[in-house]
Amino acid sequence: MKKMMSTGLAAALVLSMAACGGNSTGSATADTGSAGGQSTAADAQSTASSAEGATAEFVIGGMGPLTGSAASYGISVKQGSEIAIKEINEAGGVNVGGTVYSLKLEFADDEATEDKAVSAYNSLMDKNIQALVGATTTGCCMAIADLTMADNLLVVTPSGSGVDCVKNPNAFRICFTDTLQGNTLAEFAMNDMGVKNVAVLYSNSSDYGTGIKDGVVSKVEELGGTVVAEEAFGDADVDFNSQLTKIKGTDAEVIIVCGYYQAATYITKQAADMGLDIPFLGSDGWDGVLGTVTDASTVEGAIFLSSFFSADTQENVANFVSEYEAAYNATPDQFAADAYDAVYVVKAAMEKAGSIESDAMIAAMTEISVDGLTGDGISFTPEGEPNKGAKFIQIKDGAYTVYGSDSADASAADESAASETAAADESAAE
Amino acid sequence: MDLLINIVEQLINGLRTGSIYALIALGYTMVYGIAKMINFAHGDIIMVGAYSLYVFYGILGLPAVAAVLLSVVVCVVLGVVIEKVAYKPLRNAQPLAVLITAIGVSFLLQNLALLIFKATPIPFGSIIKVPSVQIAGIHISGITIVTLVVTTISMIALTLFINRTKAGRAMRAVSEDKGAAELMGISVNGTISLTFAIGSALAAIAGLLFICQYESLQPTLGALPGIKAFVAAVLGGIGSVPGAMLGGIILGIIESLSKAYISTQLSDAIVFGVLVIVLLVKPSGLLGKIRIEKV
Repeated sequence: MKKMMSTGLAAALVLSMAACGGNSTGSATADTGSAGGQSTAADAQSTASSAEGATAEFVIGGMGPLTGSAASYGISVKQGSEIAIKEINEAGGVNVGGTVYSLKLEFADDEATEDKAVSAYNSLMDKNIQALVGATTTGCCMAIADLTMADNLLVVTPSGSGVDCVKNPNAFRICFTDTLQGNTLAEFAMNDMGVKNVAVLYSNSSDYGTGIKDGVVSKVEELGGTVVAEEAFGDADVDFNSQLTKIKGTDAEVIIVCGYYQAATYITKQAADMGLDIPFLGSDGWDGVLGTVTDASTVEGAIFLSSFFSADTQENVANFVSEYEAAYNATPDQFAADAYDAVYVVKAAMEKAGSIESDAMIAAMTEISVDGLTGDGISFTPEGEPNKGAKFIQIKDGAYTVYGSDSADASAADESAASETAAADESAAE
Repeated sequence: MDLLINIVEQLINGLRTGSIYALIALGYTMVYGIAKMINFAHGDIIMVGAYSLYVFYGILGLPAVAAVLLSVVVCVVLGVVIEKVAYKPLRNAQPLAVLITAIGVSFLLQNLALLIFKATPIPFGSIIKVPSVQIAGIHISGITIVTLVVTTISMIALTLFINRTKAGRAMRAVSEDKGAAELMGISVNGTISLTFAIGSALAAIAGLLFICQYESLQPTLGALPGIKAFVAAVLGGIGSVPGAMLGGIILGIIESLSKAYISTQLSDAIVFGVLVIVLLVKPSGLLGKIRIEKV
């Protein structure tokens, strides 16, 4: 009897571990799924566009995982860069002080591992790249950070959100850091929504959730607000009633949820069930939430941050989405948009510098301003962080809409305010 | 006052999760009482119940009542078939072999679901549309009311069945002494099948309540509630029917209160910590000694 019980308990432990493992792989596949097997078409295109170059050629290196579990990120970065390069070349190339350059992409697979990143980078240098759009993942960015510094190469990472990705003066990034995203959410809640008491519900299974939460908490306190509740959850959790009931007992005016869309689905549904009538504000992981809710009314009115929104009606975004869909038969994601912007940033740096010397281009980076897919007037701090207005998406009548899109003036004002404060934060964070 | 309302609402949260744990724990405890084995595939029956409802109601579009009944029938048949195919041939084997077989069946069911329905969670709207009520400032959602009513009815029905019917008496007899029961003319095989059938039906009901509450289907959805319910069964004293009910409800309430007032991160650690303490003090579980109630 006793023996039976102990084996039973041991097995329960094993099973619970298996269950946890199973869940996380499930969500990982969901995250990284789609967008595979397009690279041959893409290759054909990049060779075609490079052959057109009649004048001088400027080689941009690209790095990211094209194989392995994070492959969808690298494929998106590669395809997003290709669209940008094709557009630029078709429009006549880049005019740098009288010389017209056509752009060429050399892309290397780093499998999102650090050792592969170093050899991928070396192979790119053998192909004489003159600027780098990459790496795609934080680990690879850090692995090559000092090498690119030694080679004095301009580096623009589309998606390396880890703080140290841009620690060297030659490196810049397009995406937000997790902390900055948290800061931006807090500012939006306090300035745009006009609330004082904030409840935070965050995933503690990842740096993503905790990083954003830290950003929210520090900014709310800095702006004189109060964090009335700070509740954690695991990525595999399905029951949030205890956390929500606790928040219900506070005088929270907004619930900021730092996590992915699956958790957001459970949270909003359970909040609706318990009659909780507090607005939700979400991090960019909320993108896709309408695909998983059973009743869109539970997320009606919820707002989340997103730097790229594929159904945006803004002209440049709509053009990019249709070109991308025509070329790769897939909907572009944030990685593709970030990479597209990164290429345009390199182009702007070349034009501003009036030279293709690395020193001149790096110096020009802090002087440029690019209207990209992920924000209007993207500029950079000397620390390598982007200043760009965050887009907020609001769910209205069961569809994603750009927050404040019906009053263009107001949203433009918001964005410039957000980018100013974003710049201030980043220097404070350093 | 607000604090009081908050505590009461947290207790209701705990009661709701706890009563679902209790329903599942009943299956573990009954099977253990009769067959002296721990049926680790039990948690996955919940998952099968939830997916069956999705197929019958969501895909085939049957009326809700028919879909619910068919889902229960699917689980009952599955439970009985699993017993006949996987466990019966091992009835005289060592307990470890049976245990490993049970884990194997569990993986088989999970992976079949993974193969058929894929890993991406499927959203599925609740079939229970009961409005929530407000009593003295306390908000109780419709699904909570339904869960509490359904679990209470199921538990009362099960208790009456075990104590008042001939088949229930046969179950108690088999759990006391298989050999003697057989000599008295009780069909041991039939009784074991009946136990698996009842346990699976309860798991199916738990699965339906679960899916109506969380509205999302994934192949591993039964694993965690299954393990929590197993802990509840051990906490209450495995083999004891009232013990499983008590264990489930205590577990749910501890979980809810520790999430609310101690730490969300530590709540599982606290739940399992309580189990360890109870087993140290009373190795047979809270109600494990009351032999007469043993099924």
